Amino acid sequence: MAMLNFEKKYRVRGGTLLGGDLLDFWVGPFYVGFFGVTTVIFALVGTLMIVYGAALGPTWNLWQINIAPPDLKYGLGLAPLKEGGIWQIVTVCALGAFGSWALREVEICRKLGIGYHVPIAFGFAIFAYTVLVVFRPLLMGAWGYGFPYGILSHLDWVSNTGYQYLHFHYNPAHMLAITFFFTNCLALGMHGAVIVSAANPRRGETVRPTEYEDWFFRDVVGYSIGTLGIHRLGLFLAVSASFWSAICILLSGPFWTRGWPEWWNWWLNLPIWR
Amino acid sequence: MKTVGLLLGGTAAALLATALILTPGWNFSKVHTTQTGYRGTSTGELSTAESVRLLKAANALPDAIDPAEAGGKRATDVYKNVKVLTDLTEGQFNRVMLGLGAWVGGEQGCNYCHNPENLADDSLYTKRVSRTMLQMTRHINKDWQAHVLTTGVTCYTCHRGQPVPKGVWYKDAPPKAGGAAATSHDLGHPNRVNGFTAMNTDPFSGILDGKDAIRIQSTQALPTSFGPTMFATEKTYSLMMAISGGLGVNCTYCHNSRDFFSWPESSPLRVNAWQGINLVRDLNANFLKPLQAEWPANRLGPTGDGPKLYCATCHQGAPKPLLGAQLAKDWSELGGVAATK
Repeated sequence: MAMLNFEKKYRVRGGTLLGGDLLDFWVGPFYVGFFGVTTVIFALVGTLMIVYGAALGPTWNLWQINIAPPDLKYGLGLAPLKEGGIWQIVTVCALGAFGSWALREVEICRKLGIGYHVPIAFGFAIFAYTVLVVFRPLLMGAWGYGFPYGILSHLDWVSNTGYQYLHFHYNPAHMLAITFFFTNCLALGMHGAVIVSAANPRRGETVRPTEYEDWFFRDVVGYSIGTLGIHRLGLFLAVSASFWSAICILLSGPFWTRGWPEWWNWWLNLPIWR
Repeated sequence: MKTVGLLLGGTAAALLATALILTPGWNFSKVHTTQTGYRGTSTGELSTAESVRLLKAANALPDAIDPAEAGGKRATDVYKNVKVLTDLTEGQFNRVMLGLGAWVGGEQGCNYCHNPENLADDSLYTKRVSRTMLQMTRHINKDWQAHVLTTGVTCYTCHRGQPVPKGVWYKDAPPKAGGAAATSHDLGHPNRVNGFTAMNTDPFSGILDGKDAIRIQSTQALPTSFGPTMFATEKTYSLMMAISGGLGVNCTYCHNSRDFFSWPESSPLRVNAWQGINLVRDLNANFLKPLQAEWPANRLGPTGDGPKLYCATCHQGAPKPLLGAQLAKDWSELGGVAATK
């Protein structure tokens, strides 16, 4: 396998957080390290637990396999394996795998001598997941508040959880999260389009210079955030989307039990026009 | 100028942020959920110690009234102008009158309906209306056990000591503005009925005083043709908000939201709700509507219609009216069914 030009810089010893030289190794082009090993172990155990749960369940249909959390009556205790215990083990494995992966990213950052932007951004996604299956259940007092692991079943959970607060689109943090997700999508679409158009000229023409991207957006919308700025913007939008989606579900239940439309009565009750 | 603008803007933003953070009425106490579905489906009702306390306080029961002694003369032999409670004895009849005075009469008591000079006098509209109401109460207890079971209802279920129960509805006034503003219909005015959303403020007309269809849910994953209009769809959702607020429950009390229309995936309680909708339609059409000519101007809505019922009229924010207290079993006079052992 040919080496990419930055691999020389990447394939350096050191920068590890744990394990020193012992696990400082590559498999093909992939750095492994201590946290690569723990990622593999957690991911393997978690996946096997899901397969075991699926084997106990009524279907092998990938869409319908459902690893459900315990009943609320088990509170914050351990549930029997076949009544939510599998979900609890899978959750521990998922947190272990996600956390290990983030720390492996940190080690790679250290090897490359770059900032920790990537693991920090990934940390926001981990934070959102942890809010859903750890922090909110802790605040509500039962692991049963976590979402089930299944392609369709987790969507059913999302839908019902939303309707427990009557109309989730009135959740202010949900509004922010959706706005950030959509804006992130728009920014990525616009950025991707301009890069593809610049890098794939018509036959016989040369690849456009970086300035072309600025010119294009200055022509079309009167402003270009710039080649570096677009990546900062993307990071901000993506991280904000994860953060506010975590907040919107953290508020629902522990801090708000009624319909979300009712929350806006603070606006209707402002002393200006009450 | 810029400084002044910044100061004003900053002050307004700070005030708004303060109101936003401090005034919505956040919950800081332990939340309890009654799990109603399979684990992980997230169906069930949320409550706190405070919400339970408020609900209990709002559903305090009236003082019991001693049962009438058995036997005695028939009411029709003792009193003049008895038209509805003709099957009661004098003791039973007086007991109903005591109940009515306490549950419906408000501060005026008996005199809310009766001319104290001549109790048989029918000149007060309230007395004429109360005849229909007594017939209605008996009708509910006798013919609508599909919804009220043998728990039944008494006057108190709705009236709670007041001449006019909380939670009656009228047709909305037509839009005053012309042009584009008139097309807003009754949207954009958050209130208790529409669950403080921007949806229809009158989701009832045609549905609860008529037989308009409620169902707007698609039964297929992908559309194959044009479905109901946006307005009809929001009207149904607003009606569901009214039911939810009236019963103090969330959508998952009856529905599995992944398939709102699907009966097999719904809670069995949805059948009770369906019966309740039919009950309300029956009462509005056959008991409230015929009273139209009786209402004085101050009991009419903005378009001149009389008061009508919906779920909240009886339920008043509780899943079961008066939290399921079985008042009617002690009121065979009102058609209540004695509790079966």
